[in-house]
Amino acid sequence: MGVLSRVLEAAGLATVGLSLVRRQAENTKAPRFLNVEFPLGRPLGRPDDVAFQTDVLRRALALLERTDVPVLVDHPEVIEDETGVVASCALPPRHDPNLHPAVDEAQGLRAAYNRQLEASGGRTAVGRVAGPDGIGGLILKFAAIADGASLDDVDLDASGVRAAGQDVRAYYEEAGLALSDHVPAARQIETWFYTQTRTGPIIRAASAALADAGVDRSTWYYMLPGTQA
Amino acid sequence: MGDLPTPEFSDTPVTVAPPLAEAKVAIVTTAGLRPAGEIELWQPTDASFTVLPADARDLQLSHFSPNFDRSGFAADINVVYPVDRLQAMADAGEIGSVADRNLSFMGAQFDATFTTILLDTGPAAAQVLLDQGVDVVLLTPI
Repeated sequence: MGVLSRVLEAAGLATVGLSLVRRQAENTKAPRFLNVEFPLGRPLGRPDDVAFQTDVLRRALALLERTDVPVLVDHPEVIEDETGVVASCALPPRHDPNLHPAVDEAQGLRAAYNRQLEASGGRTAVGRVAGPDGIGGLILKFAAIADGASLDDVDLDASGVRAAGQDVRAYYEEAGLALSDHVPAARQIETWFYTQTRTGPIIRAASAALADAGVDRSTWYYMLPGTQA
Repeated sequence: MGDLPTPEFSDTPVTVAPPLAEAKVAIVTTAGLRPAGEIELWQPTDASFTVLPADARDLQLSHFSPNFDRSGFAADINVVYPVDRLQAMADAGEIGSVADRNLSFMGAQFDATFTTILLDTGPAAAQVLLDQGVDVVLLTPI
């Protein structure tokens, strides 16, 4: 992002950025950055906190007065991830014994996913490989990989299997958000997905199976977040 | 991620901003956001950008990296892409206006030289912004 800010500034646009990784702003000698020690994925800090977000913006925009570039200022507050805390989200009971248990679980969460999609005005991270109707099919592919199938066997390439892992995760996380009575701290819902659901451990097992089969690390490692490896 | 390679620069470009109360502000995010329905896979080597109409809220988060919290964006678009917050600041007279079209790239680019952004898509993005009278760019990561 620092490189991009340099290009825009050189073209005649005054820029100010939020930095989540201080060294990147330092290394690129970007014009003006407010460094925020907030969780990756939340550069404005706190979801639904209008006052906090507006304060972050005011602090950033105030740096536009500075022409003694490069300018890199630290926001005074630190917000930590809470990977070690599991969000409290209900899971559906077993419904259709003819389905794979994880697919049955995912189908049971569909109403919650739909509620979140409607509440957000259609915003989602699902859909890089498959939309919500295809989540069950992706889960079956991961289950097959965990049981020893190759990527060719399930018709996925390296980028496809990584993106599929994030589609399934996003489906669960967005459903989980609808099942929580508040917005959990960063990564709590992520931990819920990978540790409490039937599907999360299958993706973890699929990643491990590919590693054991000698598949390139760049494929299996990025099938789930490093925080859950 | 602080160890990702970057080009070395000896100086820093600078543009003087107009008074904020008169400035048109655009967001350029590196979150990998796309308008709804554009579900093709955005590869880590793709340094292109998308145009995001300022009134669009049905955006898709298409960033390739698994290594960030996604629940915040799912709950509140503004925690990544603060378009409502900027509009409120414009309504209050703190900034002049918000651009009609914002832009998204995808961050954590694999190209350590950033050649495409430096020579091609970066200048093209600047032109999209300049053509709509933008003065100030707020860059947000994810």
